[in-house]
Amino acid sequence: MLLYKIFIDPFVQMGASPDLFVQTLWEGLVAGVLYALIALGFVLIFKASGVFNFAQGIMVVFGALTLVGIYEILVRWGISQENVAAFLALGLTIGVMFLLAFAVERIVLKPLVNQPDIILFMATFGLTYFLIGFGEYVFGGSSKVMIADQLYLPKGFIDLKILGGVVSLQKIDIAAAVIASIMVTGLALFFSKTRIGRALRAVADSHKAALSVGISLDQIWVIVWFASGLVALVTGIMWGARSEVSFALEVIALRALPVLILGGFTSIPGAIVGGLIIGIGEKLGDFYWGALLGRGIESWLAYFIALVFLLFRPQGLFGEKIIERV
Amino acid sequence: MRAPSVAEIAAGDVLLAVEGVSLAFGGVKAVSDVSFDIRKGEIRAIIGPNGAGKTSMLNVINGFYHPQAGRITFKGKTRRAMRPHAAAAGGIARTFQNVALFKSMTTLDNIMAGRSLKMHKSFFWQIFRHGPALSEEIEHRKTAEEIIDFLEIEHIRRIPVGKLPYGLQKRVELGRALAMEPDLLLLDEPMAGMNLEEKEDMSRYILSMNNYYGTTIALIEHDMGVVMDLSDRVVVLDYGRKIADGTPDEVKKNKAVIDAYLGVAH
Ligand SMILES: Nc1ncnc2c1ncn2[C@@H]1O[C@H](COP(=O)(O)OP(=O)(O)OP(=O)(O)O)[C@@H](O)[C@H]1O
Ligand SMILES: [Mg+2]
Repeated sequence: MLLYKIFIDPFVQMGASPDLFVQTLWEGLVAGVLYALIALGFVLIFKASGVFNFAQGIMVVFGALTLVGIYEILVRWGISQENVAAFLALGLTIGVMFLLAFAVERIVLKPLVNQPDIILFMATFGLTYFLIGFGEYVFGGSSKVMIADQLYLPKGFIDLKILGGVVSLQKIDIAAAVIASIMVTGLALFFSKTRIGRALRAVADSHKAALSVGISLDQIWVIVWFASGLVALVTGIMWGARSEVSFALEVIALRALPVLILGGFTSIPGAIVGGLIIGIGEKLGDFYWGALLGRGIESWLAYFIALVFLLFRPQGLFGEKIIERV
Repeated sequence: MRAPSVAEIAAGDVLLAVEGVSLAFGGVKAVSDVSFDIRKGEIRAIIGPNGAGKTSMLNVINGFYHPQAGRITFKGKTRRAMRPHAAAAGGIARTFQNVALFKSMTTLDNIMAGRSLKMHKSFFWQIFRHGPALSEEIEHRKTAEEIIDFLEIEHIRRIPVGKLPYGLQKRVELGRALAMEPDLLLLDEPMAGMNLEEKEDMSRYILSMNNYYGTTIALIEHDMGVVMDLSDRVVVLDYGRKIADGTPDEVKKNKAVIDAYLGVAH
């Protein structure tokens, strides 16, 4: 009976109302896109500097908070055109993310270079709490509303009448998926086609070889932290538009961890595919198996999926096969 | 350009000189009070038994290690220590004893990475692969292709180098160093682990680089036959100290060198 409920019944339900299935799938996909973006931020930094950046989740919140905070300040200063203020704030926030990358390189990475990985990891803990404190000090601790309208992000939804029912897609989710795809494509082109992209890949492969051809690690680190700060900002805008902007958002970073386990810490395709698998798995699991296993399944299911994958592919989705040398 | 004769080298300009260089790791003295120079256009061999401090010396020259004592004069400018970026920008290229390549990148990309310092066009143009950045990329691709021709590695241009056999990896690494159009090329055991035919190829490349491009070369090598054939002058290290310095013939006859290689107790 239990076996029936686990292995048969959910699939019967999926077949019985395909519109509901597609709806759940879509929601999983959108959540997956955002997980993928967070994981992508981790991977960029890990590849280039070998640092596991605990602060990646907070950078998402910090980016969103800075954007809304600066917007509010601009409005208070009397910029009455809301859209103008919003885009001005966006530009300034990008500037702030650059300054952050620069400061992290100067104050954290450079002095600690050649220290054991655990020290750098701890330093990113410090960075996390600094960003929380600094964010609250400057912009206040209360939760804020993302300025989605002012940035011309669409709202409302589209109803698709398909499969004998209605599938309703939030427009902001469609926008999130489109923007995320554009950003990932842009990053991929940047990595594969430009000199700096080539230098980034070089640094990821070998620090000493990169140094020997005159690539400046300092410069590369600023660029990857900036890139992953931008990814964090975009994630924060999208996520903030669906809920609200507060430090509670920070927990989404924990959701990215199973994505990393699944996709591998150094693989960009791994982060993307892993994010989608976790997002979709989570939503389907919650919807079809949730009643059986208890609500709240969403919080651990991701780890469960990642562990099951690991049993079969310990090297992660796209990792090279690990060959033990004896 | 033609390689200078022995007499010319003897009288020639010093490209790089180290004076009284000492380097220790904790209690281990890797290099102790070593001085020697490298003259423009020569092939300068650095030899010595295992652990003699040869690799450490190269690391000092290209700025990976900062010696505790001594001075380094490169192109007339004296410093306490080199820095990797300044060394590369000043025209010092190198290969590594254990091959350090960009493993996930293709042969072509590895060699293009060697031109990093020669490419300057702005970020903006690069992203759009347009205008000046595109013509710059094309121009550097031409140089990269010439190097690929020279080293006879056309067939592996598009292969990620991590997948190549060891001998070819060493050749790609040499290509990446050449792409920097170096004034001084540091080679750390470029023929280690190669078969006879590969060694002959590698010797040929080293000699042509020296002959046609006039590249000054510092060469660490254990194969005495190769050292005697290629080098103009040899410096011998043992336990971090310099024990001999001279032409291959002089060094070969040196009593301290013979003892060091036969493992006579100090
Ligand atoms: N990074 C390091 N940390 C600690 N000790 C080091 C380091 N690099 C070199 N050494 C030590 O310095 C000494 C000289 O090493 P080095 O690698 O320069 O020798 P080598 O002449 O290149 O030897 P080989 O022919 O085996 O390559 C050795 O005792 C080595 O263990
Ligand atoms: Mg060595």
